[in-house]
Amino acid sequence: MQSGTGLPTRRQLLSAIAAVGGTAALYQAMTSLGHAAETQFTGPPNLTGARKGASVIVLGAGLAGMLAAHELTKAGYKVQILEYQDRAGGRNWSLRGGDTYTELGGATQKVGFAPGNYLNPGPWRIPHHHRTLLHYCKAFGVALEPFIQFNHNTWIHSSTAFGGKPVRFKAAAADFEGNVAELLAKSVNQKALDDAVTPEDRERLLEALKGWGMLDKDYKYASNLRSASHRGYDRPPGGGRSGAPIPSALYDFHNVLDPQVWTSMAFFMGHEMQTTMFQPVGGMDMIGKAFARQVDGLVTYNAKVSKIAQDDRGVAVTYADTRTGKVTVAQADWCVCTIPLGVLNQIETQVTDAMSAAIAAVPYSGQVKIGLEMKRRFWEEDDSIYGGHSFTDQEIALISYPNNNLFGNGPAVLLGAFAREMGAYRLAGMTPEQRLEVALQQGSILHPASYRKEFSNGASVAWSRVPWTLGCCARWTEESRKEHYQTLVTMDRRIVLAGEHASYVGCWMEGALLSSIDAISQLHKRALEA
Amino acid sequence: MTLRLPLALAALAVAIAAPALAQTPAGGDTGGGVVRVAKPVTGQQVYEAVCAACHMADARGGSGAATIPALAANPRLAGAAYPITVVVNGKGAMPSLAGPLDDAQIAAAISYVRTSFGNAYAKPVTAADVARIPHPARGGGH
Repeated sequence: MQSGTGLPTRRQLLSAIAAVGGTAALYQAMTSLGHAAETQFTGPPNLTGARKGASVIVLGAGLAGMLAAHELTKAGYKVQILEYQDRAGGRNWSLRGGDTYTELGGATQKVGFAPGNYLNPGPWRIPHHHRTLLHYCKAFGVALEPFIQFNHNTWIHSSTAFGGKPVRFKAAAADFEGNVAELLAKSVNQKALDDAVTPEDRERLLEALKGWGMLDKDYKYASNLRSASHRGYDRPPGGGRSGAPIPSALYDFHNVLDPQVWTSMAFFMGHEMQTTMFQPVGGMDMIGKAFARQVDGLVTYNAKVSKIAQDDRGVAVTYADTRTGKVTVAQADWCVCTIPLGVLNQIETQVTDAMSAAIAAVPYSGQVKIGLEMKRRFWEEDDSIYGGHSFTDQEIALISYPNNNLFGNGPAVLLGAFAREMGAYRLAGMTPEQRLEVALQQGSILHPASYRKEFSNGASVAWSRVPWTLGCCARWTEESRKEHYQTLVTMDRRIVLAGEHASYVGCWMEGALLSSIDAISQLHKRALEA
Repeated sequence: MTLRLPLALAALAVAIAAPALAQTPAGGDTGGGVVRVAKPVTGQQVYEAVCAACHMADARGGSGAATIPALAANPRLAGAAYPITVVVNGKGAMPSLAGPLDDAQIAAAISYVRTSFGNAYAKPVTAADVARIPHPARGGGH
């Protein structure tokens, strides 16, 4: 819209709506003005005018806690953060060469990655619609780069299809779509769909199937240059005397229907998995470190909370210094608690019975990630795979290739496992050495020539054994949401909970931040009313 | 091109790869695709493939910001009802394992733990004992 015409710009209009009606009105207005409703983020909360001397204790220096502390400090509150670890960031975390990590049970790994290489054990990719996180990354100076989410040239591997051999994603996907298109075209031409589709749309559908499914003039999906343009060639187009391409043979349809094929294709359709995705330059913990700079001096590290009490006048949090054992009771007017529920459930907390039940009602997942440092980028050099994920039905679930330093010389770290559920339990139950062995054995199925030969060193994180969370992400069900969610996210007198567990964007940093904004908005409102 | 496996070989592969075909759950960050994990059968196999992820190979649990309880020498295992209820329903951060594991696997694992790691509660738990405890609806993800 032109400026200077006297009409308000859309931005001015939205600002006015927000000022009068609050963020909910703004959100509604944005949607009706034709903005895609792809995020509930409407900008930073801009809290102001805290009562003089009002204080807040924030429990946990993860993203939710640090955002709460940052925004509440700006609003005028005196804020203290208590953190169990000796670092800020929480699950926003990167492991680099020289780092030491001790999991529950005592197994200690000394990470041996070369300088510049890292493993992101927790979050590792950011959807383009996670606007809260992207906003604060920009505001706090975190450089982002593309995360190569979708790559046609990676491998799909199933133990029950294609003779157990990996096949290129594009070839399997092309054959799936081509066969489906051919079958549907056949149904149309055999008049099986005459009741369902108008004559005009039958023609349009046939045209679409031919174009989308790479069918020939007879609506057949066959080995020819059309199908090869999607699935790949036996001899790709070249120059000079043998420039003419040679098409590739199709896979047997039975194999193409193996669930590994369509689930790998469908994976990219999910709201959270759609491109474009991003990662911080230099490792995911660049975000945690940037947040930590905003709350510099507010964090007390190595603080293990044992009791969270509240009465009419304020909150009292009892914690012990994990190095000295010294016990302290910290007091404040209000509390934002971001402690993961599995841990909080074991802390004596003075909240309503309904809140206690909600805290106890949400179990945690236990994903396992394994980083493998390879001496060279054989996936790039030998297989033309630049970023993206190969899918396998083995416990490791995938191999994901680094998105940075493409074409680089020297060692690189790939993600050798992102195991979940039964696969994660099995890997988590092993020693770190056993996990590496399984990751090498299973990864070798996808890269038989190079995987073991080029392996240098590795590190693993089994989230069920992470000492400060005892799990990766809160696992809500429809039933537990119905029974407990509103209780969990509603302020309980002077205590309000925040974190990915207090959101519908569970397991993502975005959920932690959105939850934090709602939590401090409740807190600020109540503090002003008190 | 036909890459179809000979039937006998395909059947063998299925037997090895077992029935637990875990599909990508809704929500949360996940690896995608399907994962087929060999089905543990004996109590020791189930313990090592599932329980040890948190309770450790020696069943001594662990302690950090909170505690994963030891199953070793644990008097709360004297009666079978308590461990069955915990495994079927979950407890705190621990998810329900009814779903990922069938009743026979749960029974075998509990029987194994109750007679190992310094526990000596000889009476085996049966799948019927497990079935008597109401099972939650399966849900959640990752």
